[in-house]
Order: sequence, then C-alpha cells, then structure tokens
Amino acid sequence: MTDRTWDAGEPEIAWHETGAEGHEHGGGATVLGFWIYLMSDALIFASLFAMYGVVSTGYAGGPGPRQLFDLPLVALNTALLLVSSITFGQAIPHMEAGRVGPTQAWLAVTGLLGAAFVGVELYEFSHLIAEGAGPQRSAFLSAFFTLVGTHGAHVTVGLIWIATMLVQLSQHGLSGEMRRRIICLSMFWHFLDIIWIGVFTFVYLHGVIR
Amino acid sequence: MSLHSTPSVHGASGDARGDAHGHGSRRGYRIGVALSIGLTVVPFWLVMSQALSDARVTAAIIFALALIQIVVHVVSFLHLDTRSEGGWTLLAFLFTAVIVVLTIGGSIWVMYHLNVNMMPTPDAAAAPMH
Repeated sequence: MTDRTWDAGEPEIAWHETGAEGHEHGGGATVLGFWIYLMSDALIFASLFAMYGVVSTGYAGGPGPRQLFDLPLVALNTALLLVSSITFGQAIPHMEAGRVGPTQAWLAVTGLLGAAFVGVELYEFSHLIAEGAGPQRSAFLSAFFTLVGTHGAHVTVGLIWIATMLVQLSQHGLSGEMRRRIICLSMFWHFLDIIWIGVFTFVYLHGVIR
Repeated sequence: MSLHSTPSVHGASGDARGDAHGHGSRRGYRIGVALSIGLTVVPFWLVMSQALSDARVTAAIIFALALIQIVVHVVSFLHLDTRSEGGWTLLAFLFTAVIVVLTIGGSIWVMYHLNVNMMPTPDAAAAPMH
C-alpha cells in the first residue's frame, strides 16, 4: 500500500533531519513559520471584520441583512465547513500511521464538503447580485462581499491544495515532505473554519437580530 | 503504530512521540468536536427560534459563544498549548489576539462615536452617509 519512491524521498529526509530537532509533527521550522503566516492572515481578516463592523449599517437606502440573509442556507454552509474540518481530523491518524489510502479518502471527503461550501456561497452571491444587492449597492454590501468573498477565496485555495495533495500522495506516498505539507494544509483548513465562526456570528446572526 | 511507515531513524523516534501525545490529543480532539457542534447549533437556534425576546441579550450570548468556540478550535484542532515550538506559537497567537481586538474593537468604537457626534440629524442613524 505504501509505495514509497525513495529517489524522491531521500533528499527530503536529509533536509528534514537538519530541521527536525526537538520538533513535533516532523515539520521542523516549517510548522512555526506556517503558524506565523496564519496569524498574519488573521490580521487581514481582522481589518476586513473591522471595516464590515464600521459600515455594517451603511445601507444607503438599500436592503439590509434582515431582507437579504437566508439563515437556513447559512446554517447549511456552516455545517458543511464544520464537518469538513472534522473529516480532515479523521485523516491525520491515518497519515501518522502511514496509510496512504485512508488518508486520501478522508482528504477527498474533506475536499468534496469544501467544494459544496464554495458552491452554496456562489449560489448565495449570485442570488444577491440578481436581486440587485451586489457589492456596488451600498457600503454594507461592499464590506459583506469583500469579507465573505475573501474567506471563500481562501477556501478555494484550500481546495486546490487538497487536490494537489491527492495527486502527490498517489505519486510519492507518505514521505516526510508529504506529511509536512498535509500538516500545514490541516492547519490552514482548521484556521478557515475558525474565521467562519466570526463570519456566521458577526455578519449573519448578529446582522439578522440587529 | 505501524513500523513500515518509518523510513529512517528519526521516523522511529517520531512514532514513539506520536504515541506519547497521540492518545491525549485524540481524546481532546473528540471533546473539541462535540463542543464545537454544540457551540454552533446553540447560537443558530437562539437566533432562528427567537428564543429570547431581547435582541441585545441574544447578541451578547452569541458573541460569547463564538469566543468560546474559537478558543475550543484553536486548542483542540490547531493544538495550541504552552509547550509546542517552545511557546512561540502561543506567543504569536496572543500577540495576534491583542492586535485583532484592537483593530476590530477600536475601529468600531471610534467610528461609532464619530457617527454619533458628527451626524447632523437624529434620523441619520437610519441612513448614514458612509
């Protein structure tokens, strides 16, 4: 099952040993560096949340959250992303045990749930634009599309990353470098779920009751 | 755990370590999953069923639940603790949290007071000219 390609694996393992002193997950300095990236990404989202918070009542005579937001649809999207985070967590023990097949299977399930999330979000966006509530309608809608769209773009990048991992797993197996990549991807994916907590609370739920 | 997955010497030590913190983190992960589902369902239920008549109370509760859920996710899914990376991940996280609170809280606070104090008419709040 684990068809390792040693020619591809060896230089990576040499790299890995130099960077792996006293480190978990076998990622060396990469995991800390990726963590710093996630924190800086959190600052991007913080500025977008701040912008949304400031202009969230700037309707310019246009429709507000109560008329626009469809909470059952948001609940569906939230469930899709949360379950995809959980299914990614199912892949990690298989990865640690070196089982390529189950790792790929759980990653594929995660990718399908993520794709469904992006699909629902695109449906919501197209619906809003068709109603005349596009980003150019008011400051509130500009901020909404920027914040939620930036999150959706991140999820889309995550989907491309998952697809790349699926292909590379079948080519390289679970080499040290592949494990490092998948650990970084799992951090990225869980991070996007955390940002979504802020989105569904601050934008959707609070928007509807405000 | 499986030995065939260990390509080199460091892999063996990695596996031993994986076992050592594997059980604790699996259990923590399951608790995290249960908590995060609950912390997602409750705010949606509160808002969609309009269980509480006071919208301000509902808002305070859903924001508190969101903060708790963020901490749960960071601890059980991102495995943030005081030891990983010699404490550097925790330090980076706390620094980021301070900046996030200042950015969001500060912006909303300042701009709210700017609106309240600068808007010429009382009904401006209904259609502010942002």
